[in-house]
Amino acid sequence: MSLRNSAAAPFRFLGERLRALAFHTQRYFALLGRALYGSVSRPFYGRDLSVQLDAIGVGSIGIVLLTGLFTGMVLALQSAVEMRQFGATIYIGRLVGASTVRELGPVLTALMVTGRAGSGIAAELGAMRVTEQIDALDTMGVDPIRKLVVPRFVACLIALPLLTIVTDLVAILGGLLIAVVKLDLTPDLYMRSVYATLAQTGFLLRVVPVDVFAGLVKPVFFGAIIALTSCYYGMATRGGTEGVGRAATGAVVTSSIFILATDYFLTQLIIALLIE
Amino acid sequence: MTRGRDPLWDSGRLRAEREEARVILDARPEATSDEEPVIALRDLVLRYGEHTVLDGVSLDVAPGDTVCILGGSGAGKSTVLRLILGLTLPDSGEILVRGQNVVSASHDELLALRRDMGMVFQEAALFDSLTVRDNVGFYLYEHTRLPEDEIEARVRESLELVDLEPDQVLDLLPAELSGGMRKRVGIARALIHRPAILLYDEPTSGLDPITTRTIDDLVLKLQRELDVSSVVVTHEIRSAFRIGNQVALLYEGRIVFQGSPEEMMDSDDAYVRDFLR
Repeated sequence: MSLRNSAAAPFRFLGERLRALAFHTQRYFALLGRALYGSVSRPFYGRDLSVQLDAIGVGSIGIVLLTGLFTGMVLALQSAVEMRQFGATIYIGRLVGASTVRELGPVLTALMVTGRAGSGIAAELGAMRVTEQIDALDTMGVDPIRKLVVPRFVACLIALPLLTIVTDLVAILGGLLIAVVKLDLTPDLYMRSVYATLAQTGFLLRVVPVDVFAGLVKPVFFGAIIALTSCYYGMATRGGTEGVGRAATGAVVTSSIFILATDYFLTQLIIALLIE
Repeated sequence: MTRGRDPLWDSGRLRAEREEARVILDARPEATSDEEPVIALRDLVLRYGEHTVLDGVSLDVAPGDTVCILGGSGAGKSTVLRLILGLTLPDSGEILVRGQNVVSASHDELLALRRDMGMVFQEAALFDSLTVRDNVGFYLYEHTRLPEDEIEARVRESLELVDLEPDQVLDLLPAELSGGMRKRVGIARALIHRPAILLYDEPTSGLDPITTRTIDDLVLKLQRELDVSSVVVTHEIRSAFRIGNQVALLYEGRIVFQGSPEEMMDSDDAYVRDFLR
């Protein structure tokens, strides 16, 4: 009997984990549904939205500038080592431009905002949960999803694409700096090379390069992931201050994994729909 | 143990608390009203996994009554308040607040229903990022279009009701307040919209005996001046006897006693006697 019990234990454990996964998935998408509905229906919390735009968007500009600058510089340096062997340093702008706009800009921006703002959202909402401030909202007839989640959700949707543009521009400028100072390229040559790579996949409506468009679609999804995951962890916090720490860590780890996985699938989709 | 040897009964402290409370309330009638109860809990059962938190709890709160729910730690006292507010749903049973069923209410109906109630949280649950002015006026800012100066006047009035000097606290953040002041601001926030029902979760926990007494007297004063129905969850017998005209004792998920404080003092039930001791 006990042998049978111990043999069943792993399956029971697996069953419990799967049930928990199904439970959290269901609640996560329920939160997404309520956040989307709250974004387009009254009451709107404009003041809270502007506070969040300031905290998440304006507050992240510093780290995004540094991330973009050093990423562009290091990309130019690394590619120069390889390309010099073939006398192809004039194509460095292509490499920096393509990798930044398509991948590194959106993904690095999202990961940096996750680390900075995502952990902050989870910790703030977590602290509000354990000190009963979220219950206090509920008891005063105020929907915490509309008051707390929706402003953060909308702020992330707006801020992430804008921050990604900043990262892209600064990374290209960082590459330009290395190209001019270290590799003796002219700014004109470098920028033409950047433009060439952005133009090669065509234009949407004859104006927006497909690469740039694709690079700005991804941050919208990443913004949704950061806000929802951080809010989900924050709202579900249990267990006092220790729970707040766990919520912040969980929010960053899970958001980061979701961002990287979603990036792969979005890239597949964009290639299939817009490029091929 | 016989009642005669019990120091609490001998001292008559609890009876003295009752007498004092009666004076504060201007000889308010002790008997509960025959009107329809404002809160009616019917056979509530709540389980968390294997653990049964509430096992058939029934309780009525008549208009104007102050019902104190007593019980040991983890007896499920605060859960009763969460159930009344619809923050937690029972596995079975019925919760009626002013005739409306909380269990079957929609999300929007629940939000509307909660606007009839004011809740005072154990640790006050003030919003950290807001000043006392914004905390106390929160309900009015959210649900009304009153002009700023009118809200400010109402905030001042509420703060005065809880014996705080508005000019001294209006611009302070919760972190700058003492424990007793936080509780008072929490009460001022709960009553700003003059709810029909006030719910208190351990309003005196963590306070020194003198501040506890002042908060108890404040609860009595609000009963007298606002004529609200109140449910007070506490583990402090003296507070319960001072402020409640009905007392319910929760033990192992069941209400083992409900009646007036005097009836409780005269009860022969072994657990009631043990709890009072």
